[in-house]
Amino acid sequence: MSQTETQGDLLLTDQPLARRRIMNILGPMLGLILIVFAGGIAEYFKEGSINYWSPQNQCMILTQTVVVALGAIGMTMVIISAGIDLSAGSVIALSACAAAYVVREVATPGVSTLAGSQAVWLPLVAIGAGILVGGLAGATNGLLITRLRLAPFIITLGMMTFARGLAKGVANMQRIDAPMNWISQFTNANLSLFRLDVTWGPMSWFGPVAISTAVLVTIVLAIAAAIVLGRTRFGRHIFAIGSNEDCARLCGVRVERVKWGVYAIAGALFGLAGVVDFGRLSVGDPTTALGKELDIIAAVIIGGGSFNGGVGNVFGSLIGALLMAHLRNLCVHLGLPNYVQEMVVGAVIVVAVTVDKVRQGKKE
Amino acid sequence: MIGISKSFGSTRALVDVDLQVRPGEVHALVGENGAGKSTLMKVLSGALEPDAGRMVLEGEPYTPRGPLQARACGVAMIYQELSLAPDMSVEENVLLGVEPMRLGFVRRAEMRRQVQEALRLLHHPDIHPAARVGDLSIGAQQLVEVARALAADARVVVMDEPTSSLTQADTEVLFKVIRQLRDAGVSVIYISHFLEEVRAIADRFTVLRDGQAVGTGVVAETPTSQIIRLMVGRELEDMYHRTRHEVGEPVLDLAALTGEDIPLDADLELRRGEILGIAGLIGSGRTELVRAVFGLDPVASGEVRVLGVTCTGWGPPRMIRHGVGYLSEDRKTEGLAGNLTVADNLTLSRLEPYTRFGLLSRSRMKEAARRWIGRLGIRTQGPDQPVDSLSGGNQQKVALARLLHQEADVLLLDEPTRGIDVGSKADIYGLIGELAAQGKAILWISSYLPELLGVCDSLGVMHRGTLSEKRAVADWSPEAIMEVATGGEIVADEITAESEDPLGRTGKGGV
Repeated sequence: MSQTETQGDLLLTDQPLARRRIMNILGPMLGLILIVFAGGIAEYFKEGSINYWSPQNQCMILTQTVVVALGAIGMTMVIISAGIDLSAGSVIALSACAAAYVVREVATPGVSTLAGSQAVWLPLVAIGAGILVGGLAGATNGLLITRLRLAPFIITLGMMTFARGLAKGVANMQRIDAPMNWISQFTNANLSLFRLDVTWGPMSWFGPVAISTAVLVTIVLAIAAAIVLGRTRFGRHIFAIGSNEDCARLCGVRVERVKWGVYAIAGALFGLAGVVDFGRLSVGDPTTALGKELDIIAAVIIGGGSFNGGVGNVFGSLIGALLMAHLRNLCVHLGLPNYVQEMVVGAVIVVAVTVDKVRQGKKE
Repeated sequence: MIGISKSFGSTRALVDVDLQVRPGEVHALVGENGAGKSTLMKVLSGALEPDAGRMVLEGEPYTPRGPLQARACGVAMIYQELSLAPDMSVEENVLLGVEPMRLGFVRRAEMRRQVQEALRLLHHPDIHPAARVGDLSIGAQQLVEVARALAADARVVVMDEPTSSLTQADTEVLFKVIRQLRDAGVSVIYISHFLEEVRAIADRFTVLRDGQAVGTGVVAETPTSQIIRLMVGRELEDMYHRTRHEVGEPVLDLAALTGEDIPLDADLELRRGEILGIAGLIGSGRTELVRAVFGLDPVASGEVRVLGVTCTGWGPPRMIRHGVGYLSEDRKTEGLAGNLTVADNLTLSRLEPYTRFGLLSRSRMKEAARRWIGRLGIRTQGPDQPVDSLSGGNQQKVALARLLHQEADVLLLDEPTRGIDVGSKADIYGLIGELAAQGKAILWISSYLPELLGVCDSLGVMHRGTLSEKRAVADWSPEAIMEVATGGEIVADEITAESEDPLGRTGKGGV
């Protein structure tokens, strides 16, 4: 273009990146704190007591967040790369069914003499199967997106329907009832690896505080994903692709390979979320997590992600997921009907993203 | 237009420009790339508001507040790029935005009547008003654009490089239409780089240079060589410091390199310590040539050799490791990852040195970025600043720093000084001289002849995908370059026998 575009040597922003990054997490964090605080007060005035604030309830909310949170970790990567994965909910269901299928088929007497659902290795195989199936679905997404050069929206929209159908096929149009096994202990706070019984006098009000294993796994994976995104070449390449794909390509980034990896990893995380979902319900339900992809996407966007790519962070996304879980839980505590719950969550998504947009806009 | 001035920040795009166009004349507006032609026309069409000056249209003060209002006043623009909706019909396109309405409904019959009237005026009643525009030839589409201007009852029609996408035959048709418009009393402002077109169609001309009107006159009375002098008319300023550097052994060899479309049979030899410029018009295949070398575009035949190794079709990752760096002509869409930081952009193409056990050390990345910021004098608040908040010149320095950081020996620079301020340009010229002195080989594409002539050791010119032989820069004159770039020799014989240097153009297409 012409030389007239230059705007002189003006520096248009003076906000250093570190501060911006903290602000990106601080924003949703403040929103969350606000909701928790105001929610407790509201419950006090309505019910006369605050069950919502109890440690047990808080721990339960954490556990309820796990499926969306795990999905949000994967989706954060996808959205940073300027992509989208609409198949998340269906892949969760498919993986839940796959895990349930493995447990049922292998554990059913007659099929395997080794059986016994309490066999330690069997749930491990089921977990592996769930993650593998999710990873395969994601890898297929990635492969089609990079080979056919079609928009991720279209490809994953197809996968959304395909995986849902496949899940129903695996489950034979029913729910898969699997024998009890230790996968369900995953989400059971009472059987958690982390359990703290506060019995000392005045503090005993807290009662036992137990964070379920699934929550711990989610936190560990989130930290791992944050390290991958921030501290590895692969991670920086994801940001570069999302920020400017053409630029990344001519900087020698293997764009196709990286994208492929992103969708595969995201798929594997959706798979793990499916396994958790199976553990929570103890059945493989092909209709589970219907529309969950939208919750997951909303969590990432509330957490500072942008559909334009190049921005986003895992912890922000987790807070986004938590924020929505809190809203739902709070509505229950306030005795609000289900339909109000949905309306509130919908409105909050729009408000959160708008506030963020306004905040970003002020800087530029 | 009287005394029009317009500044963008510190850049003065137009300085006190006068432009007078008479009714029923074709007025050519010529000038280099960046001379301010497009800015001036944006002011005329109401897309930009001038800082100073006034406009008078048929005796009345004329102050358009936007393109739609300008159109209502009878000023119509026909852009270089067709601005038609391909999936809509001819009539819908012609009357887009000014559809005849009654009670909120489009009056179809009236629409048809108006469009047929306009097409009849253009002697093209054969174009059916209901035809889908995307199905028409480019020439016919151009006619639809003209019809749009006519339907709006335009008294001034601005055509910005209208022939850049036309074939010879379509150009003839367009010229016929322009003459008809002129005979109907419409004023046509014709922007072009091609002086033979100006000679063929225009009555008078105005030359813009550096935002100023430097000359105006009657085309028939002015030799082309004089128009060229007015356009180029710039001394090689002492912006171009030549650093002494020695030319060594060949590092980049192209043998009959042919892409899928262009380039055609390009042969080239680039030596260590050499700055080789490539001139040519936009679309002549300069960018395609370097993209093919870098493996971004497919190579149909021929060979690329770098440092003695054949590396045809290797692709960017391998080329980068082999010591080749490519600076894209388009900083915004290709050159930089805008919302990432200076440090991220600078190190993106070579992250290995900061990786230990698979983990990157951000502090060492920033430290390296700080070193390059210092070396290139990049004005930034630090490595953590997002790159899109820097000025154009500083952004370009970051992009250049990236090539240096990746330790490229062969630098393919596509328009490295486009759209940056004069100070940064001078910095970049100096830097490139230094790099040559360090023994790097530099291939420099530019549309700005003075810098090519001022900085390069040798020069080749591209025309329609073909690369001329490389000659020492002293053997080239601006006129000779233009002649090759426009394929001028042939036209020279045909059209202007009296003129010594028949064709003039410096930059590539306008804005």
